[in-house]
Amino acid sequence: MFEMVVSAFLVGGVLCVLGQLLMDLTKPSFTPAHVLVTFVTGGAILGALGWYKPLVDIGGAGATIPLSGFGYTLAKGAIEGVSQRGFIGIFSGGVEAAAVGIAAAVLFGYLVSVTFNPKG
Amino acid sequence: MPNQNLRPPTIAVTPKDYQDLAKKLTPKPTIVRNSFWAFMVGGTICALGQVIINLFAAAGLGRQEASTAATALMILLGALLTGIGVYDEIGKYAGAGSIVPVTGFANSIVSPALEFKREGYVLGVGARLFTVAGPVLVFGITTSIVVGMVYYLWH
Repeated sequence: MFEMVVSAFLVGGVLCVLGQLLMDLTKPSFTPAHVLVTFVTGGAILGALGWYKPLVDIGGAGATIPLSGFGYTLAKGAIEGVSQRGFIGIFSGGVEAAAVGIAAAVLFGYLVSVTFNPKG
Repeated sequence: MPNQNLRPPTIAVTPKDYQDLAKKLTPKPTIVRNSFWAFMVGGTICALGQVIINLFAAAGLGRQEASTAATALMILLGALLTGIGVYDEIGKYAGAGSIVPVTGFANSIVSPALEFKREGYVLGVGARLFTVAGPVLVFGITTSIVVGMVYYLWH
């Protein structure tokens, strides 16, 4: 149950420090939205180059839970989509691979927002 | 004869003294402290994600499915903690440690949706869910299509 937990902690922690440094060193132009967009795009590019997979192999959730892991999933899906279906896979592969995450975000996000009320 | 009314300056400060004083009074850079908390909180969230993956794997899911299911569960967790107002408290100290993990993505979805709830379930909640998720999907999906295109032309 606790295998890879320490390496997940370390890899995930380092990725979050990168995000924090991006914010602290470029204040105030770099908002949380910019951090998330940078991580998704960066993860997708690194994934396409084959440089993100080693991080997933080492860090497990430490690499897949940060948003860069979402980008990695998108890029990996696009490549698999092309190898399985050719041209149409360019468009279907990425979203298909990320479908569970997108669906979960929409459903849970909507349900929670409808159920709870803002504070203050 | 010197004018008796001309007093010496009340505070004898040279430019250097002034700079030293200004330096002393400026708040200490918080970069190291911020990074420390980002590391601790972000690491903890990812470690929790790994425990969930391991539990799903022990329940018989494949490696890939376990990872996907854990991500979905972490999104639910992040959304719920935002709903009850806990996640934003964590975020005050954790900074990017609570933004970069997928729980922070869930937070960025629920937060604006809650805030604009009074504008209705369609243009309030429905639209504001995508204040940050929208750009993330636009850049993420576009990058994946470019990657697919390059791969298609390459092979």
